[in-house]
Amino acid sequence: MLALCAMSRITREDVERTADLARLSLSKDEIEAMTHELGQILDHVEQLQALDTEGIEPTAHAIPLATPLRPDRASPGIDPDLAVANAPASDGHAFVVPKVIDGEEG
Amino acid sequence: MSDNPLDRYEPVIGLEVHTHLKTESKLFSPAPVRYGDAPNHDVHPIDLGMPGVLPVLNEKVIGLAIRLGLATHSTVNTRSVFARKNYFYPDLPKGYQISQYEEPVVSDGWIEIEVPVKGSGKKRGAETVTKRIGVTRAHLEEDAGKSIHDVALSASEGTHIDLNRAGVPLLEIVSEPDLRSSVEASAYLRALRSILRYIEVSDADMEKGQFRCDANVSLRLRGSSEFGTRTEIKNLNSFANVEGAIEAEIVRQSEILDDGGEIQQATMGFDVNRQRTRILRLKENADDYRYFDDPDLIPLLIDEELIEVVRADLPELPEQKRERFEQEYGLPGETTAILVTSRRLADFFENCARACNAPKAAANWIARDLRQELNERNLAVDETRLEPDALASLIRLVEEGRLTTKSARELLPELVEAGGDPQAMMEERGLEAVSDTGMIDEWVTTVIGGNAAAVESVRGGDDKPLNFLMGQVMKAAGGKANPGEVRKRLVEMIRGDG
Repeated sequence: MLALCAMSRITREDVERTADLARLSLSKDEIEAMTHELGQILDHVEQLQALDTEGIEPTAHAIPLATPLRPDRASPGIDPDLAVANAPASDGHAFVVPKVIDGEEG
Repeated sequence: MSDNPLDRYEPVIGLEVHTHLKTESKLFSPAPVRYGDAPNHDVHPIDLGMPGVLPVLNEKVIGLAIRLGLATHSTVNTRSVFARKNYFYPDLPKGYQISQYEEPVVSDGWIEIEVPVKGSGKKRGAETVTKRIGVTRAHLEEDAGKSIHDVALSASEGTHIDLNRAGVPLLEIVSEPDLRSSVEASAYLRALRSILRYIEVSDADMEKGQFRCDANVSLRLRGSSEFGTRTEIKNLNSFANVEGAIEAEIVRQSEILDDGGEIQQATMGFDVNRQRTRILRLKENADDYRYFDDPDLIPLLIDEELIEVVRADLPELPEQKRERFEQEYGLPGETTAILVTSRRLADFFENCARACNAPKAAANWIARDLRQELNERNLAVDETRLEPDALASLIRLVEEGRLTTKSARELLPELVEAGGDPQAMMEERGLEAVSDTGMIDEWVTTVIGGNAAAVESVRGGDDKPLNFLMGQVMKAAGGKANPGEVRKRLVEMIRGDG
């Protein structure tokens, strides 16, 4: 198992960082298991590198379709009561979330 | 060391502009794009990030993106790809923003700006040169919702989230780091905003948040060709704030560099009250957004044919208009720069010039007197009661000597506010300048009699006291004498041809 991890590109730190970005809290054991499993997935995908893709256009999507489009016509939004119906907290049709410090993201 | 950091350091500035596109509905949902509605009244399940929904692209934005691409001399890419930019914030319900990353719809263009010649300062009317600023790219993306942090209006604790803005179509327009001062930065923004309005891609109203700017700023020692570490100042929503924030950031960075410190790559905020920038967070790497192609959306393919159709439909752009005004009407650069700031003002000028057949006078009246009236009232030219024909008739009355410039200026505010026919107003109020030679001669004789010294100078060939004597005659005439006639009679009577 150790040998496998050393071969793959992913490290413990990579897993911790990815978990952090995805707001996932993983236990030590889970990080260990994840590092191993993600490493195996990457090793598996790695095999594709052996193929010769010279001159083949990258595929962004598997469906050969023209971009589906919609005319620019507005229809009313959904009932605002409905919009916030599932929210844990709302006030005057605004969602209410725990206080956020201004300017964190955007 | 001198006090001015600009003596030692050269600022290197690039701007990212987010501009709301002029559409009825959102980028990927049919919910309406409206401003000022109550929270969450303009949302569709797609905007709320409900499970199972699929985004469908608004076809109008394609034409708008092409227009921007053509107007900025850019490449319109026949293939572009939507990508997910992943981050967590309460006003981003899906947990990602649909944007474009590696393959934007528009790339590699430029626009021209007018910048003051070095040393001529930034005051109005200073000599300017044209500078070309690179446009790196422009990509389509959806706006996020709005977080309302100071909820003084309600009893509940916490931050309020309104998703009316979520999904509103944007073009993010990224400039090359070609700007070298805060003045150049705001000149670029004005030029870009003017283009966006001409081509009707965006109303670009800063007060409505339709035109927002982030500024990337770094310093380097003068003479150096390497870039320094940059910081990004977020969410600048007025021209004054853009200039203020850049200037404050230049001071902050120069102080760190002077002390031998290093600039940390960071995202900054601008404190308007203290006119200072502060670090919001140290910059995450672009990788942290984990961009990947959005599997819900197929690449956007644009036909060359469509690009040509849009090109044929493109209106005359500000720079082209300016050049034409200079050639066709022989107007100076300072005046044309003002006339082309908006299509409406430029059209008003041309209609007025045609109607009065005095383009130079029309240009001066509009660029000076009318513009001042508009600025005082914070109005656009088509929001007033003044018609181009009415201004033309006012100008004609002045050109014909029937109305003094002074009287005409006095009529202008009323024409702006209430409209009306200048000739009728002039007649009603007895403002018509007296051209009757008998009366003018009487006033001129009196003034000549009472100002022997000035008269003597004029007789000796000095024209300077003429203006003083003119003023005296006009005063005697209650400001209502035909100035051309007065001047003529003064000269004739003093120099003895009359």
